[in-house]
This record gives sequence, C-alpha cells and structure tokens, in this order.
Amino acid sequence: MNYDKKWDVIVVGAGPGGSKTAEEFAKRGAKTLVVEKKQQIGPPKRCGEGLSQRWMEIANLDPDPTWTLQKITGTVLVAPNGEEAWIDTEDKDQAGYIIERSKFEKDLASDAIRAGSKFMLKARAADLVKENGKIAGVKVVREGKPITLKSDIVVGADGVDSMIARKAGLNSTLPLSECDSGYQYEMTGVDLKDPHKMELYFGSEAANRGYVWIFPKGSDIANVGVGITGEDEKTAKHYLDRWMKHNQERFKNASITEINSGVVPVTSPIDQMVSHGLMLVGDSARMVNPMHGGGIGPALEAGIMAAEIGVPALEKGAEKQFLQPYQEKWEEKRGKNFKKILKVRHFFEKLSDKHLNLIAENADPDVLLNLGHRKSLSKIAKTLLKSSPQSIGFVKDYITK
Amino acid sequence: MSVKIDHEKCMHCGGCVSVCPVLAMELKEGKIEHLPEKCIDCGACIKVCPVGAIKKEEEK
Repeated sequence: MNYDKKWDVIVVGAGPGGSKTAEEFAKRGAKTLVVEKKQQIGPPKRCGEGLSQRWMEIANLDPDPTWTLQKITGTVLVAPNGEEAWIDTEDKDQAGYIIERSKFEKDLASDAIRAGSKFMLKARAADLVKENGKIAGVKVVREGKPITLKSDIVVGADGVDSMIARKAGLNSTLPLSECDSGYQYEMTGVDLKDPHKMELYFGSEAANRGYVWIFPKGSDIANVGVGITGEDEKTAKHYLDRWMKHNQERFKNASITEINSGVVPVTSPIDQMVSHGLMLVGDSARMVNPMHGGGIGPALEAGIMAAEIGVPALEKGAEKQFLQPYQEKWEEKRGKNFKKILKVRHFFEKLSDKHLNLIAENADPDVLLNLGHRKSLSKIAKTLLKSSPQSIGFVKDYITK
Repeated sequence: MSVKIDHEKCMHCGGCVSVCPVLAMELKEGKIEHLPEKCIDCGACIKVCPVGAIKKEEEK
C-alpha cells in the first residue's frame, strides 16, 4: 500500500471515537487514514465496558451478540452502611449493555474500512507537520522508522493522554483534582447479586470521591473496578484490593482473567477542541460524562459531528474558522448538558458517608435513576433535608451556587 | 531529583501522560518513557498512577 499520497484526513487513534470518525469521513468521500500505535486494535482496555442503548442509537449501532455481551436492566446502589437501592432501567433510556470492547473496537474499525478508510498499525504519532501556521499532517514512527504523512485535517482521537492535543498546543493537561484514577479486574467465578444489574458501592471506605463497580459480562463474569480521585495518596489498586478483601465471600470462587488501569477525565470539556487543520474527538477533548466517567458514547457521537463539519470544510481549506462549528455544535448538543452534570458531581463529591446513607434509605428510585441529570440536584437535596434537617447549611451552599 | 518508573508494575495506561504539565512522559508501544530533563518534580504522575509504579527518585 502506498501511504505517501496526500490524505484528506488522518485520524490518530483507532479507539471507538477514531474509528467512528474515520467511517463517517470516508462515507462522505474523504480519503481517510487511521494511525494506531498498538499492534492490534482494541486491548488493553481502560474501561468498565458499559454502553447504553441510547448511545448506540445515536451512533446507529444495533445490538450484536458478539460484543453486546450482557443486557443490563438496572443498577444496585450500595451506601456506605450497606443499604441497597435497586433501580430498574429495563424500559428506560438508561438500559444498555456491558460490551466486549476488544470485539466492538475491531467491528468499528471494520465498518470504517468498508466505508473506504485505511488503517496503519504499529505507527506512533510522534509530532505534527506544520506548514504556514496550519497543521498539515502527522510525523509517525512506524515499526521504528519515521514517516511523514500529509493531510488537510488531523483528528486527534488519541485518548486522555493525547499527544496530538499537546503537540498542537491545546491546553489538555488534566489537573489531578479533575480526573479519576481507575483500576479493574475482569474476573470469572464472581458471585453476582443479579447478572443483569450493575453494582455500585459508595463511601470513603470503598473509594475516595468515587465508587467501586461490578459490571456483569456473564452469569459469573464481571469487571470489578474502582475509580478514585487523582489526588489520593493511595493507589486505586490499594482501594480495590482492600474492598475485595472486605467482601471476599463474593470472590471465593473467582479468579482474575485481565487487569486494567487508566485515568478518566471527570471535568469540563477542553476549552479549544479545534485549530487550523485540527479537530479533537473523545477523551482527548475530555468528552466524558463527568458523573460516571462514561466516554464511549460521547466519542462516537463526536466522530459523526466531526465528519459532518469536517467534510465540507475540506473544500474550503480546513482553516480553524471552518472547523469551529464542530465545537459549537458539540457544546450545544452535549457540552452544555455535561457542564450541568458536573455541578451534580461536585455536589456529590462533598457528601459525607452519613449523607450517602440517608439518600440510599430515603430517595425515590426515580430520583436515583436520574442522578446524571441536572434536575436531580434539587430532588436529592430535598431528600437530604427531609431526612436530616440539620444538613440545611450544607445543601444551601451547593444549591445556590 | 526526578522520578523512577517501575516498568514491572507499569500497566502502560498513560495516566501519567494525561496529568504531566510539561510533556515529560510519553507512552510508546508497551512502554512509558520519562524525560528527566523536562521534569519539574510536581509529583502529579506519582499520585495519579493507579498501581503505584512511579516513585520519587532519591538524590544520590
């Protein structure tokens, strides 16, 4: 294959966001190349593998038994004192799947290839090509050999640790307080409460400012993980191992089949996600639901938006002003909502274990179901006040902000 | 002073790259590289590492 020709678009990173972006550009007739530093698309995952039905619809994806492994019909929220709140989501838009991400990612790449896109693996983007103040391609190191690849648009879909964003001078360094440090075991032989319910454990003992999750991938298979604030002196691994030790009955017949780790942005999206000849998609632009850290869906959606704006911009020279509508469109459709959700998160971060216990005991299941919505803030606050009038000072501080 | 990566513990997740303010960390295929000449000893990578694979390098 001759990779030396000039491309319309080079996408850096063959994760869900990158492959979706490539498919959408190629579908619209753009000559598209994806460069991926790993030797295979997919593993290792840095992800709990949850994907809701709603996001799949947005991304035009049908359930596929080879990767939509386990149907999820609800969530069990467990408070620090062990109080459980069971939430049913079967007929609601939070219903979804725990997916096999390695297969899912390869399928997305296959979709992109069938739409006309090319892929280059074991090719690490080392730097950007800059010409006349515009980004004009990517310098990659492929199997140890440097190659210069030219394009009108470069899409950085290279994750939370995006080199493309950094090399383009976009402010993408993640403050420690605005990220979660995550660690996870995929295990077989786990004693699940219900193989179709996600389990979430809250409280300072389980996870500092985060939660422990059990996401079922089968009747006795699950991703068991934890996310804690990046600022914690102890490691995510420390928290997970300790929690599992305290709950060892659940794991007495289990063994680990995979170990994963990663860092998730739980903050506002990046200020600037486009530049002259450059667009960012997915985690590289912090397109993540800040309540739970889910980023697959937003990355897929952004890939579609990037192509909708990027393809017509190609004819005009892909200057920043022609790519800027991508950012505006994303902020309007998704970013505004994520900023509101971030406020709910900040409220939750301040809740003590006692507050969490009261909420689990007293909140209406419908309120808990919609925790990721801005509107839930006042409902949770009401629940808290009803059960503990002395928390008024605390609640006031956060509601009035 | 600088930091030392325990490559046996490292999961190559790139978490340290995400929080490094000066591009002193880089994830290459299957390996994290630290560039001590850029490092400003802020300690962000040490805190964020999910497995504790990064430590302060003690002065000799």
